[in-house]
Amino acid sequence: MSRALIVSRAAPGMTVQDLGRPGYLRFGLSRGGAADRSALVEAGALLGQDQGLAAIEMTSVGGTFEATEDVRIALTGAPMRATLDGARLAWNASHLLPAGVPLVIGPAEEGTYGYLSVGGGLSTPEILGSRSAHLTAGIGGAIESGAELPVGPDGGTTVNMALSDGGAARRVTGPIRIVSSLQTALFPEAERARFEATVFHRDARANRMGGRLLSEGEGFAAEAGLTILSEVVVPGDIQITGDGTPFILSSECQTTGGYPRIGAVLPSDLPRVVQARPETDLHFVFVTPEEATEIERNETARRAGLRQSLVPLVRDPWKMRDLLSYGLVGGVVNAHDADAISY
Amino acid sequence: MQSPIIRNAGYDGFIVTFGDRLGEGANRAALAFRDALEQAGLDGLEETSTSLVSAYLRFDPLTIDHDDMRARLEALLKSRDWEGVALPHGRRLWRVPAAFDPEVAPHLDDAAELAGFDSRDEAVRSICGQPVRVQTIGFAPGMPYLGQLPECWDIPRRTTLTDNVPAAAICVAIRQLVLFPNMTPTGWRHIGQTRLKLFRPQAEEPFILRPGDEILFVPVSLSELDGYKDDPDGGAVAEALE
Repeated sequence: MSRALIVSRAAPGMTVQDLGRPGYLRFGLSRGGAADRSALVEAGALLGQDQGLAAIEMTSVGGTFEATEDVRIALTGAPMRATLDGARLAWNASHLLPAGVPLVIGPAEEGTYGYLSVGGGLSTPEILGSRSAHLTAGIGGAIESGAELPVGPDGGTTVNMALSDGGAARRVTGPIRIVSSLQTALFPEAERARFEATVFHRDARANRMGGRLLSEGEGFAAEAGLTILSEVVVPGDIQITGDGTPFILSSECQTTGGYPRIGAVLPSDLPRVVQARPETDLHFVFVTPEEATEIERNETARRAGLRQSLVPLVRDPWKMRDLLSYGLVGGVVNAHDADAISY
Repeated sequence: MQSPIIRNAGYDGFIVTFGDRLGEGANRAALAFRDALEQAGLDGLEETSTSLVSAYLRFDPLTIDHDDMRARLEALLKSRDWEGVALPHGRRLWRVPAAFDPEVAPHLDDAAELAGFDSRDEAVRSICGQPVRVQTIGFAPGMPYLGQLPECWDIPRRTTLTDNVPAAAICVAIRQLVLFPNMTPTGWRHIGQTRLKLFRPQAEEPFILRPGDEILFVPVSLSELDGYKDDPDGGAVAEALE
């Protein structure tokens, strides 16, 4: 049997994703790719391979998987309850998935999008230079139960490694940083201040295209009498729709939009927004382009250093204390099922 | 708007706008400026696009900072008269069969009345009376914005969305026509139907239309149009314009 990952049971909203297909914006096709791009970067570091290799994106719930040959896997993004042959697997870590042993990934314990990456990456057919499903464009489709996804050759052998912070970097709280965009200046200063002071919640119907940001109180309004021509829009843009509700664009957004934009989320904070659950409080704060550049520079450095700063997952129970501290930070394990943790 | 303006579009983007309303010159300028950006070979430039009257660029501010990139854009803007440039090369005229029967044109009566026509036939003659130009491709893959229609077609979008207009439908608003590549909800009025497959992900040429191309809709009956259902071109024939 060829090297493949069999998806014996797939929850809805499961797709193959890589970093998408840039270069087609002018033909009306948005880049697409993983909703949480940083999760793929982290998986690449854990497996010691290119961050652009295709993985499985799971929305809120995972599925059951089985490999036809031994494959290395990495679990990143929204921590989900994962077990291998019944034993609990740490999230934000790499593992060996032996041939024929069922990997069961349950519901997300926090966040929305979880990622199952494989050593060598999924080698499904490329369309326009990417393996990403782009559902709104009609490229690819959701993974159905019973799918057999080919896996590429794996140059690496290392497993049982974890992110040094247990994934804590993605659990940063504090406001989501935004910069001004095309029509920010058309929103009176008081309106922008109110936007910064408002607590938002991501609409439960949000998807890979984007979602509304719900809040109590009045909607937001730009200066009256505007006629805005449609302009290019990209993920992270926050449009104010006709009824005053902000709508934040995500990976599979349309490429042009005619609603005024109050601001745009920094790329490094976008994963926090797309991962937010409906009950998660979201605050926004404007930063200058210079501050934004510094934030992005730090995030780029963090990502570049991930591979060097991995820590081994350890079996030794005497080290369990340290491990638990990582685990608690990362939300991966808890004291109740420490016995069931499998490394 | 007197001269082109440069605006920040998020952390890693700029939009250069050549007019505050849709005009022939601003549209040509946007297309030409995007081409010039691509040819300028700027370090840190990652992607370019156009909308009706603007060029967009995405860049890496860690490679070239915002002030430097803005200065490069200003220099490029000053290098020529962008409104006077020619349309892109290699333009084509597409003759596209289109049906306007009531079952595939549910809003045609409504649109014809808003545009001041006495009958739907008159409205169809107006739509098919002259070629319309692809002003931009955007929103959805391969989706053309076509214009400009005669002034009477300056009609608003509907206030409510229509559930799922079919793929390749002809829709109208604000002196423009659009063809939707996939089934989609929209506020534009659905006034006709083609069978043109605008986005073909697996084909060598996935996007059929280019900005600058022109389309002449050729009215046919619905049964005639259905004869083209297995032809991705939907019976359309292209010829070179230059």
